[in-house]
Amino acid sequence: MAEFSLPDNSKIVKGKYYKDKTGSQNIKKVHVYRWNPDDEKNPRIDTFEVDMDNCGPKVLDILFKIKNEIDSSLTFRRSCAHGVCGSCAMNVDGVNTLSCIKSHKDIKGELNIYPLPHLKVIKDLIGDLSNLYRQYESIQPWLKTSKTNTEQQEIIQSQKDRSKLDGYYECILCACCSTSCPSYWWNGDKYLGPAVLLQAYRWISDSRDEEKKERLKKVADELKLYRCHTIMNCTNSCPKGLNPAKAIGSIKKMLATS
Amino acid sequence: MEYEKNPLTPHLQIYKWQISSLLSIAHRITGVINAIAISFICIWFLLVIYKEQFLFENILNSFFGKFISISLCWTFSFHVLNEIRHLVWDAGYGFDQKISKLTGYVTLVLSFFLAIIIYLIGVNL
Repeated sequence: MAEFSLPDNSKIVKGKYYKDKTGSQNIKKVHVYRWNPDDEKNPRIDTFEVDMDNCGPKVLDILFKIKNEIDSSLTFRRSCAHGVCGSCAMNVDGVNTLSCIKSHKDIKGELNIYPLPHLKVIKDLIGDLSNLYRQYESIQPWLKTSKTNTEQQEIIQSQKDRSKLDGYYECILCACCSTSCPSYWWNGDKYLGPAVLLQAYRWISDSRDEEKKERLKKVADELKLYRCHTIMNCTNSCPKGLNPAKAIGSIKKMLATS
Repeated sequence: MEYEKNPLTPHLQIYKWQISSLLSIAHRITGVINAIAISFICIWFLLVIYKEQFLFENILNSFFGKFISISLCWTFSFHVLNEIRHLVWDAGYGFDQKISKLTGYVTLVLSFFLAIIIYLIGVNL
């Protein structure tokens, strides 16, 4: 049975309030989820008053500003800052997204920043994604072919076959979709989740891969695949504009018609 | 490294409800209500049809009875219309973000109309 409420050690308490010291007229209140593994306290919500006159356009710029100017202990993952690496995935204003491509002007009023939902928190905005990576490994995301001497010769693919991968190969595995899915929250240990199923579909529909049938057979499972109930939170949250729900629907359709 | 003892990050508590997720959970709830309520009413009707037909009709005609039957008309029509949406998805169409949102709103609006139509037909039968 799914557990809808948070366990006792995860209940959120009120945290510190950092008042603005710059005297700026253009202030935005930013509430950030904090948890420190070094003390044994519950997670808390800290509120920062941020001077928006001297801040970059993205949510990530706000986090940098807080870290550089207000509280250097704030911890979050980030790398490229251009929506390519997928490190800074987090829950901004109630929806998972990449903070580096999310404009804070889109969000009126106070800003809420949480880590990706239903993960074990490592520190502050960093969640533990090892389960998702294990599941990604389980679908064997590499080309399987019996062709020899492929090291010297490329495997030819027609433009039409190549275009079948459009909308799927762009996935950067930021985990926004999987952690937005209620099914994945309740059955994350067994259900593969949108991100991994989209990747599975990417390999199933690759014309160069010779194990399409085995791949389909492996994923055809009551729990692994059919826990998707087309809630569509995944598609609505994907920061790259991809459509995991469609990928899962395509796998289901392939299984039903093959 | 394992993080079993670490806190769980908030999920249902913070995630923003969207038309798609609201309709999805509503689909489930109306499905359960329909299954229980419709079979309950059918069995009840079969049991009392010869003995207490007037009591049955009086209850249905009371304010409470009308409220319940209109509500059931809605849960039924919503569930049927949203199921059509799911069938279209199963056939591989309508996954586009804009289209799925549009069909969601259309389903919701149509479900109220269908509920009224079913109720009026039932009353005038």
